[in-house]
Amino acid sequence: MILLTKRIIACLDMDGGRVVKGVKFKNLRDAGEPAECATAHARDGADEIVLLDITATSGNRNTLLDAVRNTARSLFVPFAVGGGIRCIEDAAAVFDAGADKIAINSAAVSEPALIDRIAGRFGSQAVVVAIDARKSATGFEVFVAGGRKPTGRDAIQWAREAAACGAGEILLTSMDRDGTRSGFDCELVRTVAEAVSIPVIASGGAGSARDFIEVFRQGRADAALAASIFHFGIENISQLKLELREAGVPMRWPC
Amino acid sequence: MIAIVDYGAGNLNSVKKAFDHLGADVSVTDSGDAIAAADKIVLPGVGHFSALQVLDRTDLRKALLQATSVGKPFLGICLGMQWLFEGSDECKELAGSGIFSGKCRQFPPSVKSPHVGWNSLAVQEGSRLLRGISPDSFVYYTHSYHALVQAETMAVSEYGLPFAGAVERGNIFGVQFHPEKSGDVGLSILKNFCEL
Repeated sequence: MILLTKRIIACLDMDGGRVVKGVKFKNLRDAGEPAECATAHARDGADEIVLLDITATSGNRNTLLDAVRNTARSLFVPFAVGGGIRCIEDAAAVFDAGADKIAINSAAVSEPALIDRIAGRFGSQAVVVAIDARKSATGFEVFVAGGRKPTGRDAIQWAREAAACGAGEILLTSMDRDGTRSGFDCELVRTVAEAVSIPVIASGGAGSARDFIEVFRQGRADAALAASIFHFGIENISQLKLELREAGVPMRWPC
Repeated sequence: MIAIVDYGAGNLNSVKKAFDHLGADVSVTDSGDAIAAADKIVLPGVGHFSALQVLDRTDLRKALLQATSVGKPFLGICLGMQWLFEGSDECKELAGSGIFSGKCRQFPPSVKSPHVGWNSLAVQEGSRLLRGISPDSFVYYTHSYHALVQAETMAVSEYGLPFAGAVERGNIFGVQFHPEKSGDVGLSILKNFCEL
């Protein structure tokens, strides 16, 4: 009997209503329309969809809410939305548009009590705390504002604090690996996964099936997220899941 | 008409959306009268067991008990299933409906909590709600408390221990997982409920 499976999560980075993908948070390329990408990934076997609004200005929230509404309409797998959520009202609007979970990053760092407030109203299962981390001389440092602003905070400490504040999951992105397809940062993922008692989603660096196997085995990740390799058809999700399953990683299959 | 009970807990829209997708006639309501008038009832909900106290503060508890006692098909999802039991360790001072015996408990410390993700569902024979669902299908869970396996358990999942994925007695059904988030398997289960 298979038990809880490892999740493969397809991430859509959205800028101005379009799905884009960059390398190390820069050099964005267009990858399509959010609702279409999401349903295509779900059909292909994605266990969950994450839509991240990476638009630099917080100017037009309606673009995001429209995209959430359109995407949620025909999506019957879990759907998380992040980017620019600064207060409980922002979160409520995104839930109302059809998200099952919200991901908060910068706002949670500047005000950890926000995690508790959103979890108190919508449940911990609906709150994902996203952490962007980069290796430093002493460990891993948390960055905010889409990876542009260093905070001087330690990623492991912050993950612990976020969990204590009521986060339901941690979405952990290695900025060093983001978009490079050179493999997940298993050291970072494992350190955080062992430090908290909530699920950890590994992100940044997915390039091959081998990378996923490593992050589930060595990195002890509960889920792994990727974007670029899925958008451009480099790695087909159902093929990836088949390879993982053959390697003994518990997968939802058939899907 | 299927009434989806709105008591302020969780995302009712996703449940409604799934029924809409199936072409069912559904309406979201917080009125006891609307529940009395409905053919079938869905009690959804995610989050803390204390959210269910709204049912006691309003006329909803009475309307729901009335509906189950006259045999209207009733589906509790996640927290809605937990309400079918006597209570939960998550909020000991609040009583569930006690339609099924036992209390919901936390997972053992050997596993991470909440239990989040797709888990396999060992479906027992004879379930009306899970008719046609293959024995080892995958469904999506997100919860920290669970009901123990007992005689009326129609599907079992395992996470640190075996627990009740689905319960069923007569026309009263409960699922701990989220059928509205469980892809085609979940939609088939909701379709079964529509066709009862």
